[in-house]
Amino acid sequence: MTTPRPTPATDQPSPLAGPGLLDAHLVVDRGSFRLDLPLTIAPGEVVALLGPNGAGKTTALRALAGLHPLTAGHLTLAGRNLDHPGLGIWIPTERRPIGVVFQDYLLFPHLSALDNVAFGPRRHGLSRQQARHRAAGWLTRMGLTEHARRKPRQLSGGQAQRVALARALAVDPALLLLDEPLAALDARTRLDTRAQLQQHLAAHPGATLLVTHDPLDALVLADRLVIIEHGRVVQEGDAATITAEPRTDYVARLVGLNLYRGHATGHHVRLADGHLLTTSDQHDGEVFVAFAPAAVALHPRQPDGSPRNTWPATITGIQRHGDNLRIQLTGPIEVAADVTPAAAAQLRLAPGQPVWAAVKATETRAYPAGQGR
Amino acid sequence: MLGATREAPPARRISHARRIPVALLLPAAIGLLFLLLPLVGLLVRTPWATLPQRLTEPGLLTALRLSVQTATLATLLCLALGVPLAWLLARVPFPGRRLVRALVTVPLVLPPVVGGVALLLVFGRRGLVGSWLDETFGVTLPFTTTAVVLAQAFVAMPFLIIAVEGALRGADTRYEEAAATLGAGRWTTFTHVTLPLVAPGVAAGAVLGWARALGEFGATITFAGNYPGRTQTMPVAVYLALETDLEAAIVLSLILLTVSVVILASLRDRWVSAP
Repeated sequence: MTTPRPTPATDQPSPLAGPGLLDAHLVVDRGSFRLDLPLTIAPGEVVALLGPNGAGKTTALRALAGLHPLTAGHLTLAGRNLDHPGLGIWIPTERRPIGVVFQDYLLFPHLSALDNVAFGPRRHGLSRQQARHRAAGWLTRMGLTEHARRKPRQLSGGQAQRVALARALAVDPALLLLDEPLAALDARTRLDTRAQLQQHLAAHPGATLLVTHDPLDALVLADRLVIIEHGRVVQEGDAATITAEPRTDYVARLVGLNLYRGHATGHHVRLADGHLLTTSDQHDGEVFVAFAPAAVALHPRQPDGSPRNTWPATITGIQRHGDNLRIQLTGPIEVAADVTPAAAAQLRLAPGQPVWAAVKATETRAYPAGQGR
Repeated sequence: MLGATREAPPARRISHARRIPVALLLPAAIGLLFLLLPLVGLLVRTPWATLPQRLTEPGLLTALRLSVQTATLATLLCLALGVPLAWLLARVPFPGRRLVRALVTVPLVLPPVVGGVALLLVFGRRGLVGSWLDETFGVTLPFTTTAVVLAQAFVAMPFLIIAVEGALRGADTRYEEAAATLGAGRWTTFTHVTLPLVAPGVAAGAVLGWARALGEFGATITFAGNYPGRTQTMPVAVYLALETDLEAAIVLSLILLTVSVVILASLRDRWVSAP
């Protein structure tokens, strides 16, 4: 544990000055795995850190919370240097202005809901009475007044989640960290809790980082999405951009699009395996081509006419997907297609059956692959 | 998944199908008898008619009071030193931790008499620490009530440490991380989060240690001797009474047995079976 030297950065008075409330470049080595994540979050902004299991989401959260030291890089929060291996600065967890909602909440089982929420304020110098008063206020905001005396094991999942949120917010954190905050809830409770969580996050004046693998949580709760794979950022942006223009297979699956990479010449894109797609967008150079499964039409014979992309394919799998069926197809282009049950019955779709797939050029979207992340 | 869909046979059929082999049942029964018969013998030979009168004998009451007092003091000493040591062993990785853990349990397997001799060599008037205590403070430990407490703490501490360390290792350390994110330092976390979480383990360890201290004989008689009212605890009194007054020895033993059973029962109900 190193006591921080008073550096110029530490003395900056205004927490809201600078590019963001949180300005970090998190580099953490764990064996052969390396997390390398530049991250800035503005005051009041909610950023979702999204990625598959093992991408480094939890490592990033633990580094921000001070539960894991940085290998390199820096972490500045509200103008204070919290972790900077290069300068030998390290502020331990208990002295960081943070609040954490853990995946399974980790409410102290021996304390009532009220005392769980009062725990933080008490450690931050409030008297027992003041801390309890403050905690009671937070429980009221969460609609839990009548549950204040209950022990965590007497609370439902949704109630425990709100107590955990109240406990994290009761210390007025400059940075609120949420680790899969809805993962432990059943589907029905998740819906209600997500809506409430959104209100509380919107009201939180500090920065918020939401770690999740659920794209719906990210899209509903966050202002901006940062998607990481293998410890690196693969895509970053607002929900609209990411859902329209995924840049990796993982993101494409997340937002439910078919995604291909190829070389564009005007309206034509030659994919890696040589197949040619026609797009309405016009580009030159490396591009991504994306289209929705619903844009793929299936035909028993090769369709003719119209500016369509067509190719022969074989059905490999059929799954329910909402009200439709999602058909997985192999062929020159691996593709997912959504068809109505009626259409599927009419075409007598079954695994192993050869069909023709068709996508209108106007239903595709092509965008450059080179620039940005 | 064929196996998952097939129904499991009812439990009763298993007990029918699987007979208990005589080769196991017979020694098991003999073992049980071996453990219980001496206790039954004690009850059979108890002089029930004169029991009330015997129980109020001043010598017995003195020994009982001394035993309870010293065992309680020894337990407090074990708690004050053993809980921090258990925490260190469970939470702080340091070189030689496994060796220290092994050394801590030595008094468990060491014959108590040997423990008493060792204590005498260290805390005796010419011992390593004892000579210093004598010269500096004019304090001599052997054959005092303090020596009784030390002897009992020496044999009881491993019980407490093992129980508390086990509880600490079983406790979820992420609660401690959660406490840190709320601004609690390591000491506050220990007192406000860790200790309450492992309280059942600490209590069980304390009760076990207390029972072990209460029954301590070998180290006590070696290091503290046998002075009525000062170092003559219940087990020592039992041993001496055997030579002069068998009935008195039986009564003393009955009391110790009762205390043991009460402790066992309280442990089972309150801590061992608790979640």
